[in-house]
Amino acid sequence: MTGGALPGAPTARAHWLLWGGGAVILAVLPLVFSSGASLTMMSLMGFAIIFALSYNMLLGQTGMLSFGHAVYYGLGGFMTAHALNVVGAGRLPVPLPVMPLVGGLAGLTFAVIFGWVSTKRAGTAFAMISLGIGELVAACSLILRGFFGGEGGISTSRTKTLAVFGLNFGPQIQMYYLIAAWCLLCVGAMYAITRTPLGRMCNAVRDNPERAEFVGYSTQMVRFLVFCLSGFFAGVAGGLAAMHYEIVTSSMVGAAPSGFVLLMTYIGGVAFFIGPIIGAVLMTALQISLSDYTGAWQLYVGVMFVLVVMYAPWGLGGLILMHQPLLAGRTLRRVAPAYALVALPVAMIAGGAIALVETAHRLLVNLTEGTAMHVLGVSFDAKSPLAWAVIVVLLVAGVWLLQRMSPRVSAAYHDALQAARAAKGS
Amino acid sequence: MLELIIFSTLNGVLYGMLLFLLASGLTLIFSMMGVLNFAHASFYMLGAYFGYQISRYVGYWPGLVLGPLLVGVIGALVERYGLRAVHKHGHVAELLFTFGLAFIIEELVQMIWGKVPVDYRVPDALNFPAFTLFATNYPAFRIFMLLMSVAVFIGLLLLLTRTRIGLVIRAALTHPAMVGALGHNVPLVFMLVFGVGCGLAALAGVIAGPALVTQPAMAASLGPILFVVVVVGGLGSLPGAFVASLLIGLVQTFAVALNVSLADVLGKVGITLTRDSFGGDLWMATVAQVAPIIPYLLLVLILIFRPKGLLGDRDT
Repeated sequence: MTGGALPGAPTARAHWLLWGGGAVILAVLPLVFSSGASLTMMSLMGFAIIFALSYNMLLGQTGMLSFGHAVYYGLGGFMTAHALNVVGAGRLPVPLPVMPLVGGLAGLTFAVIFGWVSTKRAGTAFAMISLGIGELVAACSLILRGFFGGEGGISTSRTKTLAVFGLNFGPQIQMYYLIAAWCLLCVGAMYAITRTPLGRMCNAVRDNPERAEFVGYSTQMVRFLVFCLSGFFAGVAGGLAAMHYEIVTSSMVGAAPSGFVLLMTYIGGVAFFIGPIIGAVLMTALQISLSDYTGAWQLYVGVMFVLVVMYAPWGLGGLILMHQPLLAGRTLRRVAPAYALVALPVAMIAGGAIALVETAHRLLVNLTEGTAMHVLGVSFDAKSPLAWAVIVVLLVAGVWLLQRMSPRVSAAYHDALQAARAAKGS
Repeated sequence: MLELIIFSTLNGVLYGMLLFLLASGLTLIFSMMGVLNFAHASFYMLGAYFGYQISRYVGYWPGLVLGPLLVGVIGALVERYGLRAVHKHGHVAELLFTFGLAFIIEELVQMIWGKVPVDYRVPDALNFPAFTLFATNYPAFRIFMLLMSVAVFIGLLLLLTRTRIGLVIRAALTHPAMVGALGHNVPLVFMLVFGVGCGLAALAGVIAGPALVTQPAMAASLGPILFVVVVVGGLGSLPGAFVASLLIGLVQTFAVALNVSLADVLGKVGITLTRDSFGGDLWMATVAQVAPIIPYLLLVLILIFRPKGLLGDRDT
């Protein structure tokens, strides 16, 4: 676990290249993917990245598992929506681009209040308190109808603020650039935090709280500070979300977004700074595109999460980054044959599982659409015994082959790693 | 008033005992493996759905036995092939594994039985009023629920305190290495406890399914309350879980029955508040409306003033 830093700490020049490159990519993306749907998706990814990274300040950096992070995201969103309405009604001279700060400050304020209670404890107790506070706020959202807007939520308009340089942020492209700018700013700030003494102490508190206390730091204070900062960034993400959707409903503070940010962050990888970014991009894309194809997309997400927890605890980001030393040592080629070999059983299991879920989903949920199925380019009848036999064979044979081959793959990886280290050392 | 007190007490004790059926398994599992089983309420839901499915073919009573047994076996398999594999990655990974499992179970239940509640009926043999008090009927099925949970509670108590396997389990809670050194198969004990815990949750599901609503959201709505129970009672304390279950059962039942708001109380002493005055929603909310948040308030208060929980002996 390398905590905040990527393995092989980048030099100052590499830093500038990385961030400059990131900015250029964010600027160029809408030119490549210019359709309305992809603009919306990239906007969603923008605040999902901020939200996931703010969550990882707790889970990955400090080892605090929270089940109620959407509280700060959602309250940030509600405050921003109310502030937008006040600004719009009073024609106050406040431009839209600073409005996410309102969300951030709201998130910070509530994080100070709730964090004071919950960061007194660490580990499982912290997780339980965060769950309790999450449920508390979600239940309050049904009682305090004035603030949370009841069933209908709070709607707002982002175009009624002070226009600067003729930008009224009505078109989605302008909103995208605003979100991208905030995203870059927040990612930069959160990365910078990992490099500060506080960021380092977070890692210490995560890895060995007892020793952190011995060094003279109050682990409770470290947890509290990082909790507040994390609440701020979650609030910024919520504010951007409120501005993007122009409506905020009480589901935004509920258990669903709290769970989703956990899935997103963990699947991406909590041990690396870049992990949650990967997770946020991937899961947002999956959420939008998969839900078009299948009604069972949440099941896929759940299965993916459990697989990551069981077999890849460093997440997808970790899986990618573990090949960096091979790339640097020019031994990446050596693992290719083993990976090609294992690709077959993996494809068999994936194909079998997808066919199983889709067929079952059709038979159980969507039987009105008939039993003629079309999955992964293959057409078949959901009730034909042959299809079911093929699914079973794919799954059983795939698992058997994978079990036989996985030792070989890990041996190939370790050989390549050894060779890369040897090449580096010589 | 007397009517309200009698019925609320009965219902509160009943709800509390149901909570304890779940909380006892959760607490035992936590004390043994140090893992809070996030999917515990999902096993409760599975129990209700299995009971429903079995009751459609052979009636309610076989479901009462078969449902919990099936879920217990599933729980044991989950421990053996899931949790044990994750164990090497630490407690957070174990908690996350059960979190993912809860997610998957809810999706599967929605897929198999649909998103709307299923028609899980009270068995005919118990479908009559047990007694009538102040012109209100009290269903016999509720009395059955109460007796069942009390019977399981006593059985569990006897099992843990009076039998050899109970002795091994209690020893394995605190000194797993020593128990292992004495020749007992500790992983097997863990698997059994996990399976039995899940089976108890499923039993609660079969008992509660017909009386409450059997729907896919039942796990997500009960799960957090369950965690409140085990934290308030003291993590790992079985007597604490018992006290906290009854406490929360009674508090919630009484709160739901009270239709009084702050504005009403203040109105008695001459301060008139309406929905339009500052913080209007807060004054007008009746106790019944705020009932859902009371357990969580209790949780937060307990964690501030008594972090060990009511009867816990270790810091959470």
